Amino acid sequence: MPREAIVRTIGVKKNFMLGKVALHVLKGINIEILKGEYISIMGPSGSGKTTLFNMIGGLDKPSEGKVYIDEVDVAQLDAYELAWLRCRKIGYIFQSFNLIPVMSALENVMLPMIFAGMSTDESREKAKTLLETVGLGERLNHKPFELSGGQQQRVAVARALANDPAIILADEPTGNLDLKTGKEIINLLREMNKEKGVSIITATHDLKMLDVSDRVIWLRDGMIERVEARENIDIKVGEVEGEESG
Amino acid sequence: MSIQQKKIEKQLSLPLKNAVQMSVRNLRIRFGRSIIITMSILLGIAFLMSVLANNAFTMSLVHRGPEDIKLLLTADLEEVRTRQIWLVSLSLLVCTVGIINAMLMSVTERSREIGTMKCLGALDKFVVELFLLESLAHGIFGSIVGSIIGVITMTFVYMFHYGGLIIRIFPVGTVVRYMLFTTLLGTFLAVVGALYPAYVSARMEPAEAIRRQI
Repeated sequence: MPREAIVRTIGVKKNFMLGKVALHVLKGINIEILKGEYISIMGPSGSGKTTLFNMIGGLDKPSEGKVYIDEVDVAQLDAYELAWLRCRKIGYIFQSFNLIPVMSALENVMLPMIFAGMSTDESREKAKTLLETVGLGERLNHKPFELSGGQQQRVAVARALANDPAIILADEPTGNLDLKTGKEIINLLREMNKEKGVSIITATHDLKMLDVSDRVIWLRDGMIERVEARENIDIKVGEVEGEESG
Repeated sequence: MSIQQKKIEKQLSLPLKNAVQMSVRNLRIRFGRSIIITMSILLGIAFLMSVLANNAFTMSLVHRGPEDIKLLLTADLEEVRTRQIWLVSLSLLVCTVGIINAMLMSVTERSREIGTMKCLGALDKFVVELFLLESLAHGIFGSIVGSIIGVITMTFVYMFHYGGLIIRIFPVGTVVRYMLFTTLLGTFLAVVGALYPAYVSARMEPAEAIRRQI
């Protein structure tokens, strides 16, 4: 049985108007991401990574083409349906963690469940379990500023998992972390990916991500340069690193 | 289309209770800022209340005070009134603009937080509720304290001029009516002042709100 596609884009184009000049950021992207896949979108700054990422996450609508999340055309949704989609189907992880500063780790993880209409007691129990899963069982009541970057990102991972989403979107999740902590977060994501079967899509510069990705989508100038499966990647890492540092 | 209806539901609106909880927490954590916004309302309303209390005391003196004071006060009553209306209107205007400014700053400062909440499934309505509730709290607290301060200040001023007389003829009914009026007006202004900032914050696209650098 073929695996179901969780995200599909067909000829996605995105233009931004810079004054009177149209800037073509995405020039026709076709990708299909399967359920349970770990995908990295790589590419230099300005390659359209973030824009594509926003499209997939239902945060932005394409100028042309279609984006399907779980076989639903995102462009057709109204504000309420879009909010539902973001709440239940997608978990977001950001480069700068974006925890709500006035809330404790526990409350941050509870928030998406509250938005989903779960009762406070139920969501508190589930948030506790999730924080234990990411290794923060001892720090439930700490505020974000009392946690290190790595710990904050762990809270963010727990928060992203709160409503058992089908997809986790991680935008440069290791961008603000040191090498070791970054590696820990990547391994945590991979673990969740295997355990819970959630598809993980990351936009990243981080070459550490290559090790765990099932496929890597290379973007350049708003187009897909190449898509590589993991078995082909290892050999190329050295070459890629040379290219990046050059 | 049929698949779509099966797979996607509409996000529920949260009960007001959740918004109240969250705004109470915001007020507690951002206490310093809350005090500044509350002060702008408080001062405006205290000024208005002192002017109104001044009127009430004067009228009370005119009707119930001794003959010599009555003559003295009636002479320039009209002129004073006109000047007062100007002062009060201006002070309220300044107070409202102050609230709008403070709330807009708060929106900018919290754009990342608003964007994050929207990514997690918050509806625009919820964001608007948060901002209006916070402003409502500022308004109620600021106006009540402001009107009390206004009355107390004016009472002291009159006691300084007329001694214990003002206590004997204190126009309780009128003053209470004026206090109710100023409290309602202050609260109303606070909510109206927050409408535009709340609208701005709710309209913000989540992607844009999160990436915005402050």
